[in-house]
Amino acid sequence: MSGAVEETPFRRIVKDYAGNKIAVLALVVVAVIIFLAVFASLIAPQNPYDLAQLDIMDGRLAPGAVSGAGWTYWLGTDDQGRDMLSGILYGLRISLGVGFGSAATAGVVGSALGLIAAYAGGWLETVIMRLVDLQLSFPAILVALMILAFLGKGVTNVMLALVIVEWARYARTARAAALVERRREYVEAAECLALPQWRILFRHILPNCLPPLIVIGAIQVASAILLEATLSFLGLGVPITEPSLGLLIANGYQYMLSGKYWISFYPGLALLVTIMCLNLVADQLRDVLNPRLQR
Amino acid sequence: MNEPTLVVRDLATHFTLRNGVVRAVDNVSFSVDRGKILGLVGESGSGKSVTGFSILGLIDPPGHIAGGSIKFLGRELVGMAERELRGLRGNRIAMIFQDPMMTLNPVLRIDTQMIETVQAHADVSQAEARRRSRDALGMVGIPSPDERLSAYPHQFSGGMRQRVAIAIALLHQPDLIVADEPTTALDVTIQAQILSEVQKLAANFGTALIWITHDLSVVAGLADEIAVMYAGRIVEAGRVESVLDRPLHPYTHGLIGSVPSRNRRGARLRQIPGMTPSLLDLPPGCAFRLRCARATAACEQDPPITAPGDDRLLRCFHPQLDVAA
Amino acid sequence: MTLWILRRLFQAVLVMLAMTVIVFIGVSVIGDPVEILISPDADQAERLRAIAALGLDKPLWQQYLNFLWGALHGDLGRSFVYNEPALRLIGQRLPATMELAVTAVLLAVLLGIPLGLLAGLYPNSALGRLAMAGSILGFSLPSFWVGLMLIMVFAVQLGWLPSTGRGATVSVLGVPWSFLTLDGLAHMAMPALNLALGNIALVLRLTRSGVRENLPMDYVKFARAKGLSPIRVVFVHVLKNIMIPVVTVLGLQFGSTIAFAVVTESVFAWPGMGKLIIDSINVLDRPVIVAYLMMIVLMFVLINLAVDLLYTVLDPRVRLESAE
Ligand SMILES: Nc1ncnc2c1ncn2[C@@H]1O[C@H](COP(=O)(O)OP(=O)(O)OP(=O)(O)O)[C@@H](O)[C@H]1O
Ligand code: SF4
Ligand SMILES: [Mg+2]
Repeated sequence: MSGAVEETPFRRIVKDYAGNKIAVLALVVVAVIIFLAVFASLIAPQNPYDLAQLDIMDGRLAPGAVSGAGWTYWLGTDDQGRDMLSGILYGLRISLGVGFGSAATAGVVGSALGLIAAYAGGWLETVIMRLVDLQLSFPAILVALMILAFLGKGVTNVMLALVIVEWARYARTARAAALVERRREYVEAAECLALPQWRILFRHILPNCLPPLIVIGAIQVASAILLEATLSFLGLGVPITEPSLGLLIANGYQYMLSGKYWISFYPGLALLVTIMCLNLVADQLRDVLNPRLQR
Repeated sequence: MNEPTLVVRDLATHFTLRNGVVRAVDNVSFSVDRGKILGLVGESGSGKSVTGFSILGLIDPPGHIAGGSIKFLGRELVGMAERELRGLRGNRIAMIFQDPMMTLNPVLRIDTQMIETVQAHADVSQAEARRRSRDALGMVGIPSPDERLSAYPHQFSGGMRQRVAIAIALLHQPDLIVADEPTTALDVTIQAQILSEVQKLAANFGTALIWITHDLSVVAGLADEIAVMYAGRIVEAGRVESVLDRPLHPYTHGLIGSVPSRNRRGARLRQIPGMTPSLLDLPPGCAFRLRCARATAACEQDPPITAPGDDRLLRCFHPQLDVAA
Repeated sequence: MTLWILRRLFQAVLVMLAMTVIVFIGVSVIGDPVEILISPDADQAERLRAIAALGLDKPLWQQYLNFLWGALHGDLGRSFVYNEPALRLIGQRLPATMELAVTAVLLAVLLGIPLGLLAGLYPNSALGRLAMAGSILGFSLPSFWVGLMLIMVFAVQLGWLPSTGRGATVSVLGVPWSFLTLDGLAHMAMPALNLALGNIALVLRLTRSGVRENLPMDYVKFARAKGLSPIRVVFVHVLKNIMIPVVTVLGLQFGSTIAFAVVTESVFAWPGMGKLIIDSINVLDRPVIVAYLMMIVLMFVLINLAVDLLYTVLDPRVRLESAE
């Protein structure tokens, strides 16, 4: 290599990632969506949950209609006269919050359990991995339904259900990666230095297990958002007071048959774009980090 | 004298890649007579397999035959319609591959794989096709061929699988068989058995054989003619005894080994110092010059083909005429 | 082979047992059965009597054994809403769900394999690229939303297909089926397609990567060198190899499809057990929930078993090993 810039692993990853234009675009879209969600209250033309701002006379207006107050509902309004664009921005916030929050929690819990299984071995490993197998042999939607049937709905319960659904895949990935890492020289060296076990585990092994976990994480965020939307659509997820995209779509269901498509259509589109871009990012990340995954 | 079974003239097979053109086979000429065996030798990547596949018309994109002619029993194969070519493949021209573990379809029974070959070229009943398949298996020395027909490939050993592949190649008693390192993956005793059987069969049917190999000892014991390939070109060709006893090209010489007392007939391919050059956009001139002890400034031009006697063809400016052998 | 089946059966029983424990804990420990089972108007004495009658004063392990005993006899309680044995309710709805799920899997095969072959054989063609892009979309589409959009387009705008319900059915062996009438088929078209979308994408991708993986293999080149037609090489040699992973994955996916029917049935008001379970969760009809869960776990275990067996039938290499 004659390049003047030193090729750090990070630089290589960035360069490889940039090789796929669609993946770059997807990443940009994801960033924009996150931005919109975080600053929803500043960007949205209306606070859709401030009843004082709603005008029931503006209910079920088509996209492009002008409000009584003189501004435009670009994506129409719902039955309460709520601006759909604002509703979607606020809904994104809840969807992304639940999705990222549960995926991150599941990531921490699952990776920790996976690392412990790999490192402790013995009965602990057997118990953890049996649980993982059991969990993964049933589809996520079923497990989530089961949990919500027992716990009842609500944001916290949905997140709990998502964490329970998702921890297993992290655990399996972390354990597999850790078993490989354990046999490497630097771990043996650290063990020779008699560093404490937890230190070896979290300072040496974990960082090297990160690439596969990142890929899994990206996929899991997408599937968490999708699953939350599905549960909310079924009426088992978030409450009416905190509507995510899934609930917005459900609210539009009854107006669909009379041709008022926008109440369901636009939130769904936002959901689709979010999930798809996340999946594209995950796909590219997997390709870029592949050497580590295949090892 | 009869017309040769196969005459290849100035064959060029190129792979057009994003970063350039690989001239995997360039300016290659040779011929094989009825009932004769040509040994095609050379290092890995020298273009032997590509030559073989070119003859069968099995070069897939990004590869293509860029020029030259392949005359099989007087018919031009280059540019022949795919349908017509398919009628020759497995029928008049057969091929045997290197790794018997990979050439048979793992999920189809042996009889399926043989009968389909018979029926691809002969309008015969299932029963007749089965009978021919069984006979072919018997001919290559597979015991109780009737039972073995309904087995799956994984139930055979490597040697047995290669016999099955050879039996398939023989189903239509082809005029030409291209055998691409068919014994490299097998152990030595089985290799010897298969070699002698193939030799017998070729002689009996008058089948012409191109035997691709790394192993000079195989060529020495088997072939009538030899062609040595380097970087996509034939650098030396001639009768086996004469080439092996008195190699003229520095590369052939290196292959055989330069120790005079050594029995070359049994010599295996030895490592020549240096690396095979990348075939990607190979510069003109003799491709061997970076590894050649005799190279001079002249070698930066393409060496012409010369015929220094006893049916020999050579592509070198400074043949090793002086080294006694 | 027999030993292998016995071992698999034993594992299946273990999984079932584990699930009964989990479901039991879910019902009795996390949720308070007294709250659910006893009318809120009941006075203290009535409550205690009811608790005793339900066996809720017994130690937990004994309650579990009672639950298990009931489950083994097909007694998972009566629905509060329908006042019928929960298991019978589930049983009544099962055929509708199965019909939908089987149709969806068939659709996945019929559409996914040809599209996957196309995308695998001609990866750079417009159609091949379109199929691949479509499969990424298929994975990302919120299936319930797609259901709504299907209704929107084909029922509301175009008016070609009925939006919800099951339509006319024909009874065979006492079970009503939709696929035997034209009206039934019309009702099934959208839900089945909706349920199939994810599977189509999955089969497409599996087939495509199978083709890409198999085409460069020696056995393909050898088959071509034998003078076989490209049709035979692709549809016999390559396809037979690809079918092994496709069938295995689809088999395993069948269970997920049944579970996912919950969503599709809710969108299209398809009267299957998925719709029933959502309604039951909303009114906290626990016996029905428990019956559904036990039923679906049983199905999963059986499907897994069947797929394992099927795999050994499809792949001659596995067959031999397990026979030894
Ligand atoms: N599909 C292809 N795409 C690009 N280049 C190719 C392709 N197939 C072959 N080549 C090039 O053609 C050259 C010759 O390959 P070939 O397989 O004929 O070598 P070989 O002499 O048979 O070697 P070996 O002894 O290893 O089998 C190689 O250098 C390879 O790079
Ligand atoms: S042409 Fe020159 S470089 Fe090439 S082999 Fe002959 S002497 Fe060596
Ligand atoms: Mg080769």
